Amino acid sequence: MFRNRGDVVFWIVLGAVLLAGFAVTQTIANEYYYTAIYAILQATIMAVAWNILGGFTGYVNFGSAAFFAIGAYTAVALDKWLGLPLPLLIAASAAVCGLMGLGVGYLTLRLKGVYFAIATLAMAIVLETFINNWDYVGAAKGVYILTPEKVPFFSSYIQMLFMVMLVLTLGSIAISRYLNASRIGRGLAAIRDDELAAECAGVPTLRLKLVSTTVMGAMMGVAGAPYPFFVTFVDPISAFNLFVAVNAIAMPMIGGTAHWIGPVVGALLIGGAQEAITVTISSELNVLVVGIMLVLFITLAPQGIVGLVQKWTKRRKA
Amino acid sequence: MVNRRSFARAFVAAGALAFAAGALVPVPAQAAKPLKIGFSMALTGGLAGAGKAALIAMEIWRDDVNKRGGLLGRPVEFVYYDDATQPAKVPGIYTKLLNVDKVDLVVSSYGTNEIAPAMPIVMRKKLVFPSLFGLAVNDEFKYDRYFQIMPAGPEPKTDWSKGFFELAAEQKPKPKTVAIVAADSEFTINAAVGARKNAKAAGFIVVYDKTYPMSTTDYTPIVRAIEAEKPDLVFVASYPPQSVGMVKAAREVGLKAKMFGGAMVGLQFAAIQKNLGPQLNNIINYDFWVPEPTLNFPGVKEFLAKYQEAAKGKGVDPYGHYLPPYAYAYLQVLEQAVNATKGFDQGKLAAYMHQATFKTVVGDVKFAKNGEWAKSRVLMVQFRDVQPNNLEQFAGPGKRIVLYPKAWKSGDIVYPFNQ
Amino acid sequence: MDLFVNAIVAGILLGAFYASVSVGLSITFGQLDIVNIAHPAFVIVGSYIAWILNSRYGLDPVLVGILAAPIFFVVGVLIYRIYYLAFERTGQESLSGLAFFFGVMFIIEVVLILVYGVDYRLVSAGYLGKNIDLGFVGLPLRLVVPFVVASVMTAAVWFYLSRTFTGRAILAVAQDRLALQLMGADPVKIKQFAFGLAIATTSIAGALLIIIGPVEPSLGRVYIGRAFAIVVLGGMGSIPGMVIAALLIGVVESFVSSFAGPSWAPAVAFGALLITLAVRPSGLFGRT
Repeated sequence: MFRNRGDVVFWIVLGAVLLAGFAVTQTIANEYYYTAIYAILQATIMAVAWNILGGFTGYVNFGSAAFFAIGAYTAVALDKWLGLPLPLLIAASAAVCGLMGLGVGYLTLRLKGVYFAIATLAMAIVLETFINNWDYVGAAKGVYILTPEKVPFFSSYIQMLFMVMLVLTLGSIAISRYLNASRIGRGLAAIRDDELAAECAGVPTLRLKLVSTTVMGAMMGVAGAPYPFFVTFVDPISAFNLFVAVNAIAMPMIGGTAHWIGPVVGALLIGGAQEAITVTISSELNVLVVGIMLVLFITLAPQGIVGLVQKWTKRRKA
Repeated sequence: MVNRRSFARAFVAAGALAFAAGALVPVPAQAAKPLKIGFSMALTGGLAGAGKAALIAMEIWRDDVNKRGGLLGRPVEFVYYDDATQPAKVPGIYTKLLNVDKVDLVVSSYGTNEIAPAMPIVMRKKLVFPSLFGLAVNDEFKYDRYFQIMPAGPEPKTDWSKGFFELAAEQKPKPKTVAIVAADSEFTINAAVGARKNAKAAGFIVVYDKTYPMSTTDYTPIVRAIEAEKPDLVFVASYPPQSVGMVKAAREVGLKAKMFGGAMVGLQFAAIQKNLGPQLNNIINYDFWVPEPTLNFPGVKEFLAKYQEAAKGKGVDPYGHYLPPYAYAYLQVLEQAVNATKGFDQGKLAAYMHQATFKTVVGDVKFAKNGEWAKSRVLMVQFRDVQPNNLEQFAGPGKRIVLYPKAWKSGDIVYPFNQ
Repeated sequence: MDLFVNAIVAGILLGAFYASVSVGLSITFGQLDIVNIAHPAFVIVGSYIAWILNSRYGLDPVLVGILAAPIFFVVGVLIYRIYYLAFERTGQESLSGLAFFFGVMFIIEVVLILVYGVDYRLVSAGYLGKNIDLGFVGLPLRLVVPFVVASVMTAAVWFYLSRTFTGRAILAVAQDRLALQLMGADPVKIKQFAFGLAIATTSIAGALLIIIGPVEPSLGRVYIGRAFAIVVLGGMGSIPGMVIAALLIGVVESFVSSFAGPSWAPAVAFGALLITLAVRPSGLFGRT
């Protein structure tokens, strides 16, 4: 954990952010900031998760919305059945979606590249259809989740959700950073660059891919678990929606896929922009701005913002 | 010589001078503080067609009120944001409206999916929440300051289709079987749930009871499967593109049912009515307001004239018979309540709104204890004598005959439907 | 029995329409490996062009689709130029291209909303509402006309790709770029032409879509999954494979709607895709 100075700095920054977050909840009562930042944190977890399989390992997942939605619906089902508290629901979602990820990992044995991507898309549609027909969680009719009025330690429910999300986000970033920098990360990069060569060089490709997909799945499930409590009404159309999937891909791409900080940068930038636009320009132009941002960033910085920064620093050193 | 210290002194002196000057300048008399009404509305995404039309109606109300001197002397201003038909955006928007924009009153967005996420937020702040067209949202929350302007009440899920099945039960010989088909979505499934209840209560046998995905392109196989069961009645709960698909497929297959329609959204929209033309004839479907002589409430014709003028070139329904009158009315309710209680005390407003009868462009409005209408006025309307390719015919009476409730009836039923 | 036959017929008619939507994607994605996720959005643009000329001047939508195709071709060429300069030249493709086309898709949707509004649009034509009845089999012209046009267009594209020099060059450029250069063709120009051709097909596919049912700006999203699934199921780069896949998906959807429960149609269709990929990873007729 504390192998070098970079590690120490990282954990100090993480701890500081966590403490700052908690301090803010005890001082600022304005609920709007918590709702807005919740959305950005959710997008960050999804982006970080996607990048583990997409950026580090080179397998594009089109079905991110499915992991997110199954995370949300697992929380709904267990809440209805057993009334478990939120942390247990999150753990359950992580387990279920991690298993899903494991299954998807075995899929990579047969399918590569674009075939894998389409398979994940197909899987998402199949899962959405199943949820559409599962009456216990409301099926296509949707389901209401009522949240309590008072929560301990915090003056409003959304503050508690915000703290939970903050912890989950920081945890995801830490895991992603660990994977990126470790032996596992080097193995994943080898798979990304040339899977056949990696196999020949002795890299345990299947095991690494399974780690990658399981971690990605679990993380996305974790991002989805608090969602029903945030939005109060969940139905398959909004849980499985296109924007979740698009953002999960676009944010790491814009931030930079090779480095663990890329998806974080992308999510903060794009997510922040989307939240700001929702309450300012607020019209069709919202979607137009997202579209133009995507096109511009991708065209001008194909390696992402992190790639751009790396180029600048190299140039300055030279 | 100008050095840092002397510069700083000069700066402070200038600042003090400016402040003093400002204090001496007389401040003009403050205009009355604007009254801010906040909401989110679906201006993009799936429900945008209706959302935009509703916004136009609401802006007409705002302009009308301001012409009369505002609400309790204060000019009315809207603060609204587009929720893009995405429930995830609603909590952010309402927390901003209440905590940052500090609006004085809130109303809802359009549609159950967009109303529900706002409920916990308004409930925590104990605000009166007039709502625009969400089906049975308050069944879950049981909030005593929720007021729904959609005229399906007090049991919205069953009141929606009650008329359809009551009309069917009156026919001789009494029909025996019914097919129920609905889209996989919140409102349509709820309508189907109500239909099932009503069918059972009236003694009909359900011979087909399925749902279809929202992404369906062609409805021919579904209609053929329904026809194979030979139902007497066919109850459809669908959204606009699906309603068009079902009507077209029903005509192409030659559906032999005796009654067809029910809860088909979209058959109330001008562009769709014009395109389907005579294929609509004898379909019995729900509606909330049609230009029949029995529904000529005071103010509605003037309002529609203003709406139709404002809607030109905006890419929304040109006639605005469906949602706009209710979007105007629910603000009228708010206005009358504020004027009656002479203030903005949310508790007093809620109490007043529960016991008063409001006079609006959609007639008399009275709420039940659960915030829905005290008496359902979901109309069952039958299309008649529709001519092909003619938009203007729908501007006036004669093409959509009100069959139910009896109080608003404007003609007799034509039965069976496939003559 | 007649429900069974009618289900197959309806499935084939719908499947042919699906093929018309997918044939362009079969070229860009199947052969050129360009992940053009905005393809269905272009189809919607085609629908709107058909609508506006149909409602203003009463022109038949199919006619509009054919007349507008050259303009769509030029637009396709332009878009490819941008894509090439930004991505292919620098070797970034696939993933960046995907994000690029997501952006293009959103821009198209918003422009449609700004220009035409969000209301549903429909067309009217003489043959809508009429049927051909062959015994117990009903053939609504609303679906037969798209079937015929889609079949002709797909056959024409396939013929072009397999018989003409440019067409074969398109097939070749994906397989062996260097060999193509040695044969005297400029790969970039060929790809440009291919992309333009693919977008030209969306003009006609859009006209067919609005004949079948109402259209609104975000309707394209529903077809993303279907179109990509059909191209992959049929096998990348194989037009006959794509056609078979499209018909298969149409018939499966039709059967499930008629007998099991329409709500399960997407699960069965995409489940079939998953099973096919598990058994034959390169699709039905794909080049392995």
